Amino acid sequence: MNIIQQIEQRQLRSDIPAFRAGDTLRVHVRIREGEKERIQLFQGICIAKQNGSVRESFTVRKHSYGVGVERTFPVHSTMVDKIEVVSRGRVRRAKLYYLRNLQGKAARIREINPGQSEK
Amino acid sequence: MASGLIGKKLGMTQIFKDGRRVPVTVIQAGPCTVLQKKTHSKEGYNAIQLGFAEKVAKRCNKPALGHFKKADKGAFYKIAEFRVEQIDTYEVGQELKTEGFEAGQRISVTGTSKGRGFQGVVRRHGFRGGRETHGSMTHRRPGSIGQNTFPARVFPGHRMGGHMGNKRVTIHNLEIVEVDAENNLLLVKGAVPGASNNFVLIRRK
Repeated sequence: MNIIQQIEQRQLRSDIPAFRAGDTLRVHVRIREGEKERIQLFQGICIAKQNGSVRESFTVRKHSYGVGVERTFPVHSTMVDKIEVVSRGRVRRAKLYYLRNLQGKAARIREINPGQSEK
Repeated sequence: MASGLIGKKLGMTQIFKDGRRVPVTVIQAGPCTVLQKKTHSKEGYNAIQLGFAEKVAKRCNKPALGHFKKADKGAFYKIAEFRVEQIDTYEVGQELKTEGFEAGQRISVTGTSKGRGFQGVVRRHGFRGGRETHGSMTHRRPGSIGQNTFPARVFPGHRMGGHMGNKRVTIHNLEIVEVDAENNLLLVKGAVPGASNNFVLIRRK
């Protein structure tokens, strides 16, 4: 293993649950306000995951007061405190960018095993 | 405490600082061996000559071997000189590593930029070129390069197409993000000239 890979390897987090595009995620985001730190929740559908070792990132989309909001998080950053998988969605592609053009009922995603992963 | 080191660019990656991504270049810095001391009384200036990257002695010519013999630490691929103020603190044959370099420090990195070959004026100097359509016949041409009967010549230094890259480039004021003294690694914020596995010179400010 070369040195670059070693540097990346030691930064990888092992506490990340398996998830994929279509899953509904609840992301616990660390927010710093001056000296204080608090946790903010961001819940929505994961519409894309970009792989690449330590560069891995994922995009979560939700609707907030009628406005579509997307946030992209680096998976291995300490800014992400925790990722919870709320439900698993049945989708047929890896990037769900088509959801950006859909609203309301049409933007729903069918769940796999409804009610099982929610606790 | 080295005023400078010879290193090898290993490549780029990213690390996290306070949860934020920081792009870094990983440089294998040292160990470098002091091959020669240049002094004010003899050469007219104070400097140390360093060697880096071990070389099989068989691959050296005899004059080089004779020079390496003085330090008696084997032969090296890359030799470079660094100006120093205090020459007495160095000994010929001494090994210099990343000691003295610490995170947050600013350094200059010199390398040989990637060769681009013969490039036109658009790529080499950022000229805008002409229109692509509407009957235009000047797409990537430089346009006029001067005046008329007077001065009847092109002024020296006029920007034209030609060989680009593969020359010595120095980037100043790069921040050291992390020092791995065990493996002699410097993690420098941002990019550094040249391709991976190229030699670079690291100088302290």
